[in-house]
Amino acid sequence: MQQKFILLVKETLEIENREIRMSDTFRDFDEWDSLGLLTMIGIIDEEYNVIIEGKAFQELQTIQDIYNYILEQNL
Amino acid sequence: MAFQKIKNVKISGMAACVPKNIVDNSTLEMIGTKQERSKFIDLTGIAKRHTVGNNKICTSDLCFQASERLVADLNWSKDEIDCLLFVSQTPDYMVPATSCILQDRLGLSTDCFALDISLGCSGWVYGLATIAQLLSSGSFNKALLLVGDTVSVTKSSRDKGTFPLFGDAGTATALEYIQHASPMFFHTGTDGSNHKAIIIEDGGFRNFFTKDSLTVKESAPGVFRNNLQTHLNGTDVFIFGITKAPQSIKKILQNFNIDREDIDYYILHQANKLMNEKIRKKISAAVEKVPYSLDEYGNTSSATIPLTIVTRLNKEVRTSKQKIVCSGFGVGLSWGSVYFEIDKIVCPEIIIYNTNF
Repeated sequence: MQQKFILLVKETLEIENREIRMSDTFRDFDEWDSLGLLTMIGIIDEEYNVIIEGKAFQELQTIQDIYNYILEQNL
Repeated sequence: MAFQKIKNVKISGMAACVPKNIVDNSTLEMIGTKQERSKFIDLTGIAKRHTVGNNKICTSDLCFQASERLVADLNWSKDEIDCLLFVSQTPDYMVPATSCILQDRLGLSTDCFALDISLGCSGWVYGLATIAQLLSSGSFNKALLLVGDTVSVTKSSRDKGTFPLFGDAGTATALEYIQHASPMFFHTGTDGSNHKAIIIEDGGFRNFFTKDSLTVKESAPGVFRNNLQTHLNGTDVFIFGITKAPQSIKKILQNFNIDREDIDYYILHQANKLMNEKIRKKISAAVEKVPYSLDEYGNTSSATIPLTIVTRLNKEVRTSKQKIVCSGFGVGLSWGSVYFEIDKIVCPEIIIYNTNF
């Protein structure tokens, strides 16, 4: 599951030629910008049927945070 | 009631007019490097936009030229037109209503019902619902629905999240009372709790224009604008769009027992490709059933739906019968969907605004 999520984040943000970890702060990625945020929200809705509102997303820092948020919503 | 079934009204024609000036996002440096510009165009689907620039063209000017051409092509006599609606958030003046000015400019009879409606991206659907209700009882014979915006004027050139998305356009839709015309079906919704998601804060009566209205502030990291320019919360609007638009379309199909297989085209408000593709997937519509005009015109607010029909389905609507679902969603927040059938309507090719008209 976690591995699949990592791949999804890499694909969504078009991260190539390097690995990313669950503990990474995605906000520090060069590839992270406002369009990246929207693409992420859209993909998460598509893949997990979870909508992360703008305010809730602001609280999330690492890829693990996003992952945990999705898990909580899907309980 | 969120649903309406409106009988006895026929859409007879549609026309759209855009300014001549073209802004090419592939060379617009405020978006970023060449690579960033290319990524921006890829994700938003917006390569070019027609904008009024500094030419002092108003929405009503664009709607006027669209109307003149449409009425001429329909062979309508001006004195038959007894109802005029103008839907826009970029009117000529604070006071009076632009529809009154257009009644005179178009040479319509003074026995004319004229009304302004202030809505943006959902505006054409709401305007259509309103004008169809007015016509349906037989109180009026022929009507013009003039819808458009010059939203490019209200964007800060130092706000790269909004500035490159928007273009300008004015449209005209002609409707008439025809007994037993195929009914139109509507679903409409409103959520004012998020009215600040898209807002121009100053210049109205809540916050009068003051000198401070012109002060440029950093309203979000990297976003510089003054209070007479549009604030747009991209994340909130995106979530709103991908949630409400598919719901509304599904509701209309369910409530009125419309078979998906029968629908020829879905015309979505042209927000941006990222948002529209999500909506398209959520309603399980095939790519070829969901035309885009974003690439050439950008987001033109209330004008996008008729503009897309005029530019992308021109031949189809002129030569055959089409079953169409349209959905508008945005500023308000406000959203609405409509199903209608149109059969060989009058639809001139896109009109480029003529400054010497």
